[in-house]
Amino acid sequence: MLSEKYPEEVRKIFAKYPPEQKRSAVMPLLYLAQRDDGYITKAAIEEIARMLEITSTEVAEIVGFYTLYHDEKAGRYRMQVCTDLPCALRGADRFLEELCGNLGVKVGETTPDGLITIEAVMCLAACDKAPMFQVQAADGISYHENMTVDRTMELVAALRKSGKEVK
Amino acid sequence: MAHLLLRHRDIPDIDRLDVYQKNGGFEAFRKAVTKMKPQEVTDAVRASGLRGRGGAGFPTGVKWSFIPGDIWPHYVVANADESEPGTFKDRELMERNPFQFLEGVAIAAYATGANAAYVYLRGEFWPVATSLDGKIADMEKAGLLGDGLFGTGFGLRIFTHLGAGAYICGEETALLESIEGKRGQPRIRPPFPAVYGLYGKPTVVNNVETLTNLPLIVEKGADWYKSLGTADSAGVKIFSLSGHVNKPGNYELPFGTTYRDLIYNHGGGVTGDRPVKAIMSAGASSAMIVADARALDTPMDYASVRGLGADLGSASVIVINDSIDLDWVINKTIHFFKHESCGKCTPCREGCYWMMHLIERIGRGEEVQASTELLHDVARQMQNKCLCPLGEFSTMAVTTAIERFPADFKTSPAGGSHA
Repeated sequence: MLSEKYPEEVRKIFAKYPPEQKRSAVMPLLYLAQRDDGYITKAAIEEIARMLEITSTEVAEIVGFYTLYHDEKAGRYRMQVCTDLPCALRGADRFLEELCGNLGVKVGETTPDGLITIEAVMCLAACDKAPMFQVQAADGISYHENMTVDRTMELVAALRKSGKEVK
Repeated sequence: MAHLLLRHRDIPDIDRLDVYQKNGGFEAFRKAVTKMKPQEVTDAVRASGLRGRGGAGFPTGVKWSFIPGDIWPHYVVANADESEPGTFKDRELMERNPFQFLEGVAIAAYATGANAAYVYLRGEFWPVATSLDGKIADMEKAGLLGDGLFGTGFGLRIFTHLGAGAYICGEETALLESIEGKRGQPRIRPPFPAVYGLYGKPTVVNNVETLTNLPLIVEKGADWYKSLGTADSAGVKIFSLSGHVNKPGNYELPFGTTYRDLIYNHGGGVTGDRPVKAIMSAGASSAMIVADARALDTPMDYASVRGLGADLGSASVIVINDSIDLDWVINKTIHFFKHESCGKCTPCREGCYWMMHLIERIGRGEEVQASTELLHDVARQMQNKCLCPLGEFSTMAVTTAIERFPADFKTSPAGGSHA
């Protein structure tokens, strides 16, 4: 239960909005629900619906509409490479293809150890620093800019090491 | 000239409150609250000629003047959704010069009588939001936010709100829906947010860069601000330069700088020393400009860019050299809009879908001429029928690429040259 597990965060989230507008808390609460496993469970959707006094469909449609919410388990880290026009003009498509080759996966797939899911995404507002990607983990997002395949593989190795420690 | 918006490039550590204040920070906010009436602030912003920097270019002071005085409370919302392919200026401002932006939010709130302001950031800006939360806390500790500011009756709180990956939330009514905890889909207008905005209350929505200009205008006056730039485009602008240039990045320049100056002087020239073939002046939402000598020597201001059959928009300049065929370029932009279409109105939802299938047929070399004609037709039929600018923007590059670069749609398989 979110309200039992993260009482301080839940209180801070509700304090941002007028008391009679608590539906506004749905997006931050969904991020909180995603914090542990990187995806949102049906139980979490139902709990948030109860907290906000809206239907679980109204919560689920938010999960479906916005791309940073996930309702299925994937790799511990989602490596999201921007392949939009400005990045592509700086070689992002080639970068993604080579990276997939190095990792032995296709776009959308997860490495066999369950560590990394590779995704192609739309513009991340870093067009001058392509090739670039963001890493979405359960508890946050980080940008990696002006990347090469070699440097990305070093990052993967580092994540693999730290991921094992966590497990 | 020293930077007016990207001040962190001249003053180290200006993202620290003490450094920002040592350099005159929050004096404009203090001046507004203690020495000016809200209406006087609005009048000054109106007289300065400041226009919205998010893309629409609507006069900021005029937008504020639509806020009614008989419906309360009022809200100010900073649009930090920055998601247009080719645009990356607001992120730099919020990361590196955050207090000037937040001071702008505070001034806008005072002028429009709002006691609460929200900063709506795209979800990918998670670390930026975390950093801004810290800056807001610094302001609260320093007595720059809260109740009874500067010994007056005016109080203000600022909150951040993270989106979760949806370009459409840059459209101001979709953004408001998103803060309200709903899907980010545009509202039918009128009523406009100035009357019926956040929670149904009068709301001003301004872009990050727009707001960052406000401390300058209050401090130095409308006449000084107007003296920068050109007749119809006052002030300075951050141009986000990307694509085939040697030095992509943000460049703060007076309005009226030419494309040639931006690309060859500031941007270090074109990748591979090749000629520029096309310029997109306003990110993926842009019409395709044929980069001939006339275009390169065109001053970048609202009126002059319109003379090229395009718009200045958010001033996100994407440079495309002659190694690329434009059918590949619009394949990219169409896929973007197809992905980001919110699905609410039929012309955009269905139109983007069909444009995507047609450009893929062209890419495979299937009935290129007939497919191109049909693609042009579909795009033209979408125009002026969509609920919000997203659908309209999705067609701009498509129709102009076909009309202005017909040779790029006669090639055979694989869609010709691509990056």
